Amino acid sequence: MDMFVPFAAIAASALFILSLMWMSHPSTARRGVRAGEAGMAIAIIGALIHHDIVSYDLIVLAMVAGAAVGIPMALLMPMTAIPQRTAISHAFGALAVGLIGAAEYYKHAQPQFAGTFVMGALMFEMILGFLTCTASVVAFAKLQGLLPSKAVVFPGQRIVNGAVALTGIAIAVMLTMDPTQTWLFPIFVAIALLFGVLLVIPIGGADMPTVIALLNSYAGLAASAMGFALGNKLLIVAGALDGASGFILALIMCKAMNRSFANVMFGGFGAVAAG
Amino acid sequence: MTALNPDYVFVFILAAFLGLQLIKKVSPLLHSPLMSLTNAIAAVVIVGAIHITGEEGATPLAKTLGTIAVFCATVNLVSGFMITDRMLKMFKRKEG
Repeated sequence: MDMFVPFAAIAASALFILSLMWMSHPSTARRGVRAGEAGMAIAIIGALIHHDIVSYDLIVLAMVAGAAVGIPMALLMPMTAIPQRTAISHAFGALAVGLIGAAEYYKHAQPQFAGTFVMGALMFEMILGFLTCTASVVAFAKLQGLLPSKAVVFPGQRIVNGAVALTGIAIAVMLTMDPTQTWLFPIFVAIALLFGVLLVIPIGGADMPTVIALLNSYAGLAASAMGFALGNKLLIVAGALDGASGFILALIMCKAMNRSFANVMFGGFGAVAAG
Repeated sequence: MTALNPDYVFVFILAAFLGLQLIKKVSPLLHSPLMSLTNAIAAVVIVGAIHITGEEGATPLAKTLGTIAVFCATVNLVSGFMITDRMLKMFKRKEG
């Protein structure tokens, strides 16, 4: 069975590529979705039959529960609410990325750890994962009308955001150098979560779809970083595809709406926040 | 795996350029479904979550975090693909 594992990863990668290729034209788009689903199914089967996996009860339970929540979420949603639904689904995926990073961190948090490269990749992955999670929740709340959709700006925003970002990076570097400082870890997670909120509140509701595309890109990069840390090429490929396509899609959408990309991307750092 | 494996960088760069090229030509009509599709594909991290939850000698903490991660990734992947499909169905009705 084990010899099937690397081929499952190759097949899944190829199907994801075909999926994006077919998705770029309306006549083949449905086929693109099928290819994506097939790729995902093969990826999951490949992960399940890996010889490292010894217990299945919790995995099956979590997958059934996840499907029980995800299916109604997709079916009961009004078609007018698509952008916010993508945002909330995104928050779930990003939270998963963050939690996997956290579990990996605690596994390596000992004097003989896996090396600074793995730890650095994990830290990078967690910053992107956690900030994407809260940023997606804020994007969802703005589109759903739970939060005022206009840009929220306050005096000194640029300084506050810069300080938060620098603190987060500093803690990430400290943890990379010495992962045994576990007391720093919850602070690191809290800062990453906070930064996600700060990043999106200065952006107006009209720019939200672009922000969601950009967050897609972050989640893709996070998945790639996880692939580097875990030594998994499938995660690297899928993450790089997502990262690149989310980025270029955000650029295209900005151009189509005649918005400045820098504004959307760095709204939190004091670029003119209009809309 | 204590240091950076150049093979992985190679794979990453190729996949990233492929991603850029594939999306460049996409019709503006398909922006929303495409966003939803890439969102669903990002759920591939479930592979990592499965590994953490099910591997031999996983600590209770790792099992707990891993189980929640499998749950979250499943929500993302199921709803991501289903929403994309629903959107495209709507498309067809409009065209035909």
